Amino acid sequence: MRGGPLGRLLAAAWRAPGGRTGLLLLLGFGALATLAPPFLTDPATMSDVTAGAMAPSMAHPFGTDHLSRDVLSRVINGARISLVIALVAVAVSLVLGAGVGMVAGYVGGAVDAILMRLVDGARAIPRLFLLLLLILVWERIPLTALILVLGFTGWLGTSRLVRGEVLRLRHAPFILAARSLGASPYRVLRVHLLPNVAGPLIVAATLGLGEVILLEAGLSFLGLGVQPPTPSWGGMILEARPVLITAPWTSLFPGLAIACTVLAGNLVGDALQASLDPRTA
Amino acid sequence: MTGWLLRRSLQAALTFAASLIVLFLLMRITPGDPLARLEGDVPLSPEERSMLQRRFGLDQPLGTQLRHYLAGIARGDLGVSIGHYPERVGSLLRSRAAPTLLLGGTVLAINFTLGAWLGVLQARHRGRRLDRWLTRLSLAGYSMPSFWLGLILIALVSLRWRLLPAAQMTDPLLPADAGALTRLVDVVRHLILPAATLSLVTIAGTMRYQRTAMLEVLRLDFVRAASARGLSDGQVLRRHAWRNALFPVLTLFGLWLPVLVTGSVFVEYVFNWPGLGSLTADAIAARDYPLLMGTAMLASAVVLFGAWLTDVGYIILDPRVRDP
Repeated sequence: MRGGPLGRLLAAAWRAPGGRTGLLLLLGFGALATLAPPFLTDPATMSDVTAGAMAPSMAHPFGTDHLSRDVLSRVINGARISLVIALVAVAVSLVLGAGVGMVAGYVGGAVDAILMRLVDGARAIPRLFLLLLLILVWERIPLTALILVLGFTGWLGTSRLVRGEVLRLRHAPFILAARSLGASPYRVLRVHLLPNVAGPLIVAATLGLGEVILLEAGLSFLGLGVQPPTPSWGGMILEARPVLITAPWTSLFPGLAIACTVLAGNLVGDALQASLDPRTA
Repeated sequence: MTGWLLRRSLQAALTFAASLIVLFLLMRITPGDPLARLEGDVPLSPEERSMLQRRFGLDQPLGTQLRHYLAGIARGDLGVSIGHYPERVGSLLRSRAAPTLLLGGTVLAINFTLGAWLGVLQARHRGRRLDRWLTRLSLAGYSMPSFWLGLILIALVSLRWRLLPAAQMTDPLLPADAGALTRLVDVVRHLILPAATLSLVTIAGTMRYQRTAMLEVLRLDFVRAASARGLSDGQVLRRHAWRNALFPVLTLFGLWLPVLVTGSVFVEYVFNWPGLGSLTADAIAARDYPLLMGTAMLASAVVLFGAWLTDVGYIILDPRVRDP
C-alpha cells in the first residue's frame, strides 16, 4: 500500500475518538503558533510598563504579567518555542535511536554487547538527571544546545526497540533474499528493516513529544531551559511564582497550555498504540 | 531459583556499574573542563590549574580516572559537596532520605490502592461513560506539569482557603513540648498537598495498567465459568478475577519508580519538602556537581533496585515462573 505505515497509522488515529481530538488540538496549536505571531502585541510597543499585572479583560483575554506583557501573546510565542524544541529534539532522538539500534542489532557481537550494556546503564538513570548533568555546564544554555541535549537523552528506549526488531528479522527469508542478491548492509537496514519498525517508532515519537514538552517546561521552571526574555511556558510559570496569589492568571494559562499540548500528544500516541495493539482498547 | 536469583542480582549489579560509567563519561565528555566549574569569577592561574589537576587526578589517563572514581564509590566515598562544603555527599544523601521515603511511600500506597481500585472499576464499566471519564481525567492529570499543579494547589488550598500549610514538612512554630500526636498530625497536614500532587500526575499509569490487566483476566475461561455458574459480577471479581489481575500491576512498581523520582524533584522543590528532591534542586542552584552526581547515582540505584524487586516478587508469587 502506498502512503506507507505513517499514513495508515494517522488514519487509524483519526478514526479513534481520542486520537481525533488529539490530532485536532495539535493541528490547532501548530496553526496558532505558526500564523498568529504577526497579530500579537509586540513587547516593545507596550503602553505602560508600570501598570503591573492586570486581570484578564477584553483587551488582554489572559491578562498581563508583572511587566505588563500580554499573557496570551506570550503563551502563543511560548508555543512556538516549545513545539519547535519538542519536534526537533524528538527527531534527533529518533535518528540516534534508530541508528544505534540498527547497528547494534545488525553487527551484533561485542559491539552489540557493549552498546546495550551502556544503554541499559544510562536508562537506569532518570532522564531528568542526565539532562541536569549535561545542562549545568552552561551558565545560560543556548537554544540549539538545549534542543540537542534533549535529543541526546531521549534515544535510549528507541534503540532498544529497534535493536529487538532487527534481531527478530535478521534471519527472516526476505532479508536473506535481499542479502544474497547483493544488497549492502546499509540498504538492507534502510529499505528492508526500517519500514518494519516504523509503527512502534512513530508511537514512541508521539509519546516522546509530550515527555519532551514536560521536561523542557520543568527545566525552564528551574531556570535551566529556555532563557528569558524568550518566552517559554515553564519560564513564565517561574516568573509568575512570586505573584501567585495576586495575579494567578499569569501562572494558570501557561500551565494549561502545557497540559493541553501534552494531553493532545498523549491522546494521539495512545490512539496509535491502540491501532497497533487493539487488545488494550 | 537460587541460580536465577544470583544471575538476576549480578545483572542488576552490572547494569549499575554501567550507569556509573555513563555518569563518569557524561562528566568528562561534556564541553568545558571540570575545573571551570570551580573557577567562579576569578580565573585560575596556570600554577593553580595544574595543582588542582593533580589534586583531582585530572592529569591521569581517562582509564585511571575511571578506576579511581569507581574505587571511591566502592568504598562508599561519594566526594565532598561544593554547595554544602565541607559536608560529604554520602552523609547529605542519608540525612535527606527519610522525608523522600515518606512522600514516595505515601504516593505509592495511594497509587496501588486507589489507582488499582479505579482501574478495576473502569474494567467493570468498560466502554461506558464512567470508564471514558475516568480515562480522560487521569490522562489530564498525567499531562500536567507537577510543579504547576503543585503551585495551583498551594494558591487555592493554602493561600486562598488557608486549609493546609504550603511548605516544609513540619511547622517551625510548633511548641517544643508538643505531644507525639500533635507532631504526627502536623506532618500529615504538610504531607497532604505534595502527596496529592504527585499522585494526581502519576495515578493514570496505575489505573490504565490495572484496567488492561483486569480486562485480560475477565476474558479467561475460569472467570467466564464462574459467571456461568451463576456468581454475581461482584463475587466473580472478588473471588476469581481480582487476585489474578492485581498481579501484573506489581510490575508497575519497577516501571513507576523513575517517574516518581523525577516527579519528586519538582514537587519537593515547589513544596520545600526537605528531601532528596529539594537537595537536587539545591545542587542545581549551587552548581554542586559532586552532589548532583550523588543524587543521580542514588536515583539509578533506586530504579535498578525497584526493577530487581519486581522481578524477585514475580518469581516468588507466580508458581508458573518459579517452577517451569
